[in-house]
Amino acid sequence: MTHNRGVSLYRDDGIVLRTQKLGEADRIITLLTRTHGRVRAVARGVRRTKSKFGARLEPFGHVDIQFFSRGSELVGRSLPLCTQVETLAPFGGILVHDYDRWTAGTAMLETAERFADHEGEPAVQQYLLLVGALRTLAAGEHRAHGVLDAFLLRSLAVNGYAPSFDACARCGLPGPNRFFSVQGGGAVCGDCKPAGCAVPSPETMRLLGALLTGDWSTADAAEPRHCREGSGLVAAYLQWHLERGIRSLKYLEK
Amino acid sequence: MYEGVVQDLIDELGRLPGVGPKSAQRIAFHVLQADPADVRRLAAALTEVKEKVRFCAVCGNVAQEEHCRICADPRRDAAVICVVEEPKDVVAIERTREFRGRYHVLGGAISPIEGVGPEDLRIRELLARLADGAVTELILATDPNLEGEATATYLARMVKAMGLKVTRLASGLPVGGDLEYADEVTLGRAFEGRRLLDV
Repeated sequence: MTHNRGVSLYRDDGIVLRTQKLGEADRIITLLTRTHGRVRAVARGVRRTKSKFGARLEPFGHVDIQFFSRGSELVGRSLPLCTQVETLAPFGGILVHDYDRWTAGTAMLETAERFADHEGEPAVQQYLLLVGALRTLAAGEHRAHGVLDAFLLRSLAVNGYAPSFDACARCGLPGPNRFFSVQGGGAVCGDCKPAGCAVPSPETMRLLGALLTGDWSTADAAEPRHCREGSGLVAAYLQWHLERGIRSLKYLEK
Repeated sequence: MYEGVVQDLIDELGRLPGVGPKSAQRIAFHVLQADPADVRRLAAALTEVKEKVRFCAVCGNVAQEEHCRICADPRRDAAVICVVEEPKDVVAIERTREFRGRYHVLGGAISPIEGVGPEDLRIRELLARLADGAVTELILATDPNLEGEATATYLARMVKAMGLKVTRLASGLPVGGDLEYADEVTLGRAFEGRRLLDV
């Protein structure tokens, strides 16, 4: 969190989104940090068994991390180095023992990375949302797909693409409205509906509204068929607004 | 830029993993100055490896025949299969001289974020090997990172109904290290996997 201007050392806390192999024993770590948004950094020697912090820099790891950057900014022409890492919460170790939760978590990490597209640009709300979602997913109190859909809907909301599940997204006609248009911004009335829009069940619309607002008692009581229908609509809405696919969504356990 | 074939050689060497432009130039000049017989031997080895080496039809390990050396060896225990990610892992385990069973090479680990799902690995082939009931133990020796663990979890769930003994390689403290330098994740795993000292 502190920013030591003189010595090019930066400290922040973040979630490890992705790791890529680099050279013999190094890795490039992509993190979503509280103050610096998305940061890519090099972690030297972390693939060796003797590495002192390799285990802390696995995806899903919530860490307190120190970077060393050669430039005057953390995100510059060359990648900063990870010099110290402490674990705040090892979400990965919990999620990995449940394949459903792990795949749902992976989709969260990929979505967070896509939304925090610009390196070094703070995305505090997205960061807090991701930490909260991973904490909920690790606690295992709600079904994994529900937590994922809630995270995706709220990520859309904090990035300015909040869908409507009640009032018409085009004319504002109070709901409930029957039709759902991905391009139209969610629920639409009979007069505004474009060609080819979906007609989900009213229970699905209620479920999605509950997931967006955090009404877990309604969301947990939903039937599996409404959950499946809702997940499909959320995935379509997300990928349309991101203008590209989220690869991990394909591997979710149906 | 160098003259024709020298630049071609540098460009080709530069495409190898871990070889940058400077290293490629250094290797190219080493080749130019080397004894012609040494260079011919290197060229023959490169050609031969592509012509002769293929993947074992049973386990997916590198082999020169249809079956690899381990699958063709009747002294190896066919009742135990050790599942690894890459052929390199087979060599690492063989170096221990502890394991006398057979292997199955998956060809990677599940990584949804990289677009690698269960159907992209040799899991179907593994299930086919287990179907005849001759295998009694499956050792999951995927990498001790998150993707390796998730792959092991997936496999354990897939074979649960078969009634096999499924084991996972232990994770923990490296031999010869000091406890105080171990990170909390590794130390936590070492505690989880502690064993009874029966003296």
